[in-house]
Formats: sequence, C-alpha cells, structure tokens
Amino acid sequence: MTNAYETQAAVRGVLKLGGSMFKRLQALSVIFLMIGAGSAHAASKLNVVTATEDLAALSREVGGDHINVDSIAKGYQDPHFVEPKPSFLLKLQKADLLVVVGLQLEIGWLPPLQTQSRNSKIQVGANGYLDASQFCKILEIPTGQITRAMGDVHPLGNPHYWLDPENGRHIAKGLADKFSELQPADASYFQQRYADFDKRLAAAEKGWEAKMAPFRGRKIVTYHRSWPNFCDRFGLNVVDYVEPRPGIPPTPSHTLEVINTMKRENIKLIFVEPYFDLRTPNSIASAVGGDVVQIMPSVGGVKEITNYFQLFDYDINLIANAFNKVK
Amino acid sequence: MRLLFLPAIAGLLSFLVPPAARAQAPDNAELLNRMKAMEDRIQALEAEIQALKSQPGAAPAAPEAAQPPNAATAQAQAPAAAVAQGGAQLPVYGGANAAASKVFNPDISAIGDFIGSAGNPANRYTPALEMHESELGFQAIIDPYARGDFFLSFGEHGVDLEEGYITFTSLPGAFQLRAGKMRAAFGVVNTLHNHVLPWVDRPLVNQDLVAGEDGIDDAGLSLSRIIPAPGQIFLEGTAQVFRGDTEGVFRADRRRDLSTVEHLRAYRDISESTNLSLGGSFARGHSPFVNAENQLYGIDATLRWKPLRRAIYRSFVGRSEFIWARLAQNGPTTTPFGYYVSGDYQFGRRWFLGGRFDRSQRALCQATAPLTTTPTACVPGNLGPLIQDTGGSMVLTYWPSEFSQVRGQLKRTHYGEGLEANEFLLQFIFSLGAHGAHPF
Repeated sequence: MTNAYETQAAVRGVLKLGGSMFKRLQALSVIFLMIGAGSAHAASKLNVVTATEDLAALSREVGGDHINVDSIAKGYQDPHFVEPKPSFLLKLQKADLLVVVGLQLEIGWLPPLQTQSRNSKIQVGANGYLDASQFCKILEIPTGQITRAMGDVHPLGNPHYWLDPENGRHIAKGLADKFSELQPADASYFQQRYADFDKRLAAAEKGWEAKMAPFRGRKIVTYHRSWPNFCDRFGLNVVDYVEPRPGIPPTPSHTLEVINTMKRENIKLIFVEPYFDLRTPNSIASAVGGDVVQIMPSVGGVKEITNYFQLFDYDINLIANAFNKVK
Repeated sequence: MRLLFLPAIAGLLSFLVPPAARAQAPDNAELLNRMKAMEDRIQALEAEIQALKSQPGAAPAAPEAAQPPNAATAQAQAPAAAVAQGGAQLPVYGGANAAASKVFNPDISAIGDFIGSAGNPANRYTPALEMHESELGFQAIIDPYARGDFFLSFGEHGVDLEEGYITFTSLPGAFQLRAGKMRAAFGVVNTLHNHVLPWVDRPLVNQDLVAGEDGIDDAGLSLSRIIPAPGQIFLEGTAQVFRGDTEGVFRADRRRDLSTVEHLRAYRDISESTNLSLGGSFARGHSPFVNAENQLYGIDATLRWKPLRRAIYRSFVGRSEFIWARLAQNGPTTTPFGYYVSGDYQFGRRWFLGGRFDRSQRALCQATAPLTTTPTACVPGNLGPLIQDTGGSMVLTYWPSEFSQVRGQLKRTHYGEGLEANEFLLQFIFSLGAHGAHPF
C-alpha cells in the first residue's frame, strides 16, 4: 500500500531530481502511478454503510479490514427517528453497499437520503442494497386489519430482530455472501471470517443461555416493543408495555393499568431503552417496589459495547443482576 | 420438522420403485440426491408460501408462521427450481390476483390542513374557518433509474398540481436531474409544503416578495450536484430553469421569458447534536409589470440542535432568511428588502414553542399573497413607493401522534399602510397513509 509518507518522499525525490524535463516527467508519472496504486488499493476495500450500529458491527465481524464500515444511526439514538442530515449523503455517495434493517424501521429518514445520494448502486433493488430482514426470523407480523389506531405499528413485523443472536448469525451469513458477490477476490476471506464468527457466537450463546437459564419464564414489562426476539430467545415473558401503543407516549390511565398488572402478577422489572425518558418507568417501579433496567438495544448504546458480542454480554449481565436484586 | 419427512419420503420412494429396479439401483447415492432435491423443493415451496402470506392484504398468517431463518436461501432456490422444471418462464401480464396488483401501487397519502382565524386581520383577509388545503401525495420508484412524486393540492376553490416531477437518481458525475412542476430551490421556506412549516402562515417577506404560499412553483428542470468540499462540508449546487410564471413575481409572455433559480447550500455538522446550514439563492425572470427583468437575491441560515440521546424530547431550530428584490417598473427599479428570524424549541415529546419576527418592505402597488385589500390608486407599470410591514408571532404546537398536530399562533402585524392586525390562528394538520419523508 502506498501511504502518504511514501508519496511525500517521492515528491521530495522529484524536486531533488531537477535536470532534464524528461526526468521530471518520468518522476511525475511515477507519482501518478503511486497515487493510482494507492487509490486502487483503497478502491479494493468495499465501502459499506449501514442503517444501524448493529449491522455495522456484524459487517466488521465478517468484512474485517477488507471493508470500510460506517453507520448512520448511533447506538444510543432511537432508530425510528434519525435526522436525514446532508452529512450522511457524503458517506452514501461513496457507498458500494447499503445495509438496512428494513421492515419500515427507517421509512421516516432513509428514503430521502437514498434519493439524494446520487448513487445508483444503493437504490432499492440495486445490487448494493441489502435488506437484512430477509435473512431473519421475524416476529409480531400483524394479522388482520391494521390501522394507525394501533399506534406506529410495523405492518411487516417487528424490526428489532437483531436482538436474537441466531438472527445475528443469519445476518452475518447474508453479509458474507453479499460481500463475496461484490468482491469475489476476497470471497474466501469473508467466508472464513464468517465461519470464525459463527464458531465464536456458538460458544458465546452457550454462556448467555446458561446465565439466563435461571430466569426463564420470568415476566417483565418493557417500554417499547423492542425485545420480542430477545425475550423469545432467552425465555422472558413480556406482559405489558409502558407505551399504551407503539410510539404513543405513556398516559396516566395506562400507567395505572401497568402498575395494577405488575402488582397482580408480581412483576418487578421494567426494561427501558436508553433514549426514552425514565420518569414514568421510575414512578411505576417505585409503585410496585420494582426496578428499572436500562438495557441497550444496540451496539454503541454505551461506550463499553463496541461489538455484537459485548451487546449481549452487557445486557445479560445487567438483566441477571437485576433479577437477582429483586428476586 | 423437515428431517422427519425424510424417512417417510425415502420409504415412499422405495415402495414406488419396482423390486427389480431396486436390485439394479447402483447405490443409495442417487436416492439421497433425489431426497435432497425434494427437500430443496419443499423449502422453496415453503418460502413461496411465506412470501405470499407476508404480502399486505394476504390472508392472515398463523402465529407460528413467522419467516423461517433460512427463508432467504429458500427464496433464492425457488426461481432456480422453477427454471429447472419448466425452463425459462415467460412473464405473465394481467390475471394477477388482487394482492399482487397492489404491489406496484405508489405510496398514497392525504394530508388535511384546517385553519381557524380570529381577531382583526387588517388588510390581509383570511376566512374565519377554512379547510385550507388537502394534499394528496403519490410517490413511487418508477424504474431502476428514477422515482416519481406527485402532490395535488385541493383548496376550497379548486385543485392545483403543487408538485409533480420525475427525479433521475442514477446519473453519472454525482448529478441529479428533476423534471416537472416543483417548488423552486429559492431559500428555505419557498421549498416547504404547508404541513412541514413550523408556523400556520408564511413569513411576511415571503408573502410580500416571493408569492406567499404558492411561492416560486413552476414547471421546469432542476439539475443539482454535490460539490467536493474540504473539511466535511456538504456543498450542493442547484440550477433550475422554469417556464417563468410566478404570480406577482415573474410572468412569461413569450417562450423565451424563462425564469431561472440558482441555489448554493453549505452544510456542516458542528457537533454530533448541532449543525449549521447556509444558503445563497438567486432568481431572475420576466417582470409581470413591464417588459424587463425582475431579480431576487436571498441568503438563509439554519442552526439545528438535537441531542441524539434525547432526540425525541428536545430540539431547537433557529432560522433566518434575508431577501432582496429588484423589481422593474416604469421609472427607476424598486428594491424592497425583507427578512424573518425564527426559533422553535421542543420541550417535550409532543410539545414545541416557537417565535418569529418579520420585517419586509414592499412596493405599495405590488401584489401580495394573501392579497392586500386596501384600495390604492395604482398606475399600471408603476409599483408605487416602498412601505414596510413588521410582525411578530408566538407559536405553540402539540403532536397527539406523529400523524396529527394542533397548532396555535398568536400574531401581531403592523402593515405599511398604518394598519394593525391582531390575530389568533388555530390549525389542525392530519395525515393519512404513507407520506414519504421530506428532505432535510
């Protein structure tokens, strides 16, 4: 790889050359070749932009240092409400691949970014557009008639599916296949990294399941419907939500209902995402003698969660400690 | 589950195969291959069933019918299996079922804008109660190269195509081309639909100098490009050419009376939560008053703050636009100038409080939108002396949900004719269907 230092050294070399025009031209052509070689190497790295940090983390697991990855949403922000800032266009303009959560999670902000990106590769249906939901087990697909009276429902199913490690595995496989398709020369590298990720994930899953085993069947309340896949995988039972409907802020009457439900069913824990206000969950928890657990739905939710494994490590430790505390 | 089928399938196959043939079977490999092929076929059929069930309007799925983890693989296998069976399939035109026929329908939305007004409007009358606008939106991807957007605006007195254009998303060289009828990229407020404004009305400077609510909204072509810039600055240049008809601002009597608009926008993230956008605009077109050219110049600035961890509860947008006009008339060109400064603070998940200060000059005989109703003796081709309007507004907005909002605006205006207006405006905006997100 040609780095900036080498290029500068070459430039200094050229200046020292002096002499004939021929020599200067020769040296210049060397510089251009070096710059060309540098950019050719840079071009050999896939530029991947993901909608969320979780998809970016899985991309890093599979793509290693053969890809550049950037996420649009941060792990500590509500992925439903991201401002489509022009600075994202600078990333999307150069992207070879856009990976989205899908199921209309990004419907409020991603389409105008795609349209304005001037990048034909990442438009819906193009080869550089990948909807990760196609690889996953999707829960809460609504049946029957859907209306906005139900709140901000996702008609294609719950989009928080990455919170089941099994889905993480399927996404990683889908990413490895897509990276291989876009960059066939590195296919074996991507597949090898996927195989390694799969192995490490299988080992980690055993640990997570063992840690959560004592709490299987326990009932909880969550703020938003972010946890169906997580709870399905680790055997927790979500009985009620702090939001009366998805996307609708808590109301006094519904809060009272939640308190009554928690008292009646002896539920002590409320899971809250980091971007929701804690006042209502705290007042519910104090009314029932329970506790609020601020668990992270995404990589990057807190500084110490920098990869997909740490996301589950962090959340499962927090949950286990919280259950042990409230008994 | 599928593995349980395999012994049964194997048994069935072995039963169907005659004993003699069984004896001649070279080995079990072929049988296993066929079993594998059948398993693949079952998976493909399952995936097809899942795909049909997941389509909107399809029969309700059973709770356990969630998409299997390997659906993607199975879906990928389905076309291959179909080709293997019957060779390449011809496309089927017509005869598709109802659910399939809706797949390619555009996103359809309707947005209602109801306004109630009380108090003294002085010389810019608006009705007491008005279904101000009903906007119908149709938006879809046209083909791999373009998307289309239509916005029809139903007022109380007729229908207007507010915008209807094709956007080419796949042009080389980071260009984007738009063709159709569109709001011109002059400043910020001129580009905004009513339902995304942070106020009930538009600032005085837009009412006086840029054709008010309709604004510069004309048929034409728009070419824009992201321009490389240093230091993480987003720079976008836009050049537009229009037919040249904008009520009170430009008029095209001949084909060559085209109007043009140029806009340069620079944007930068100051921090994760704060960003600044600066813009410069220029528009020119044929004067509606005399046979000469009118020009508009504008600069705009928008400062936004939204802490990401509390993005749904707290935000601030400060905005200002300054607009200069050079309007031709019989005699010396008149040059009115105006501006507004506004701030909107979100103090709860559903609550916003804002304020706006307006000041704008206008020529006494110049058409405004809404119309100024003071009777004035005007000579055609002569815009009269410059006068100045000044106003201030306080705005409180409540969102019951993402799909509706209630807004109250207390507004005091001193018009250049020496008239005072004190008004209270109440607005309900409600949205049905899938309305695509607007650009930032």
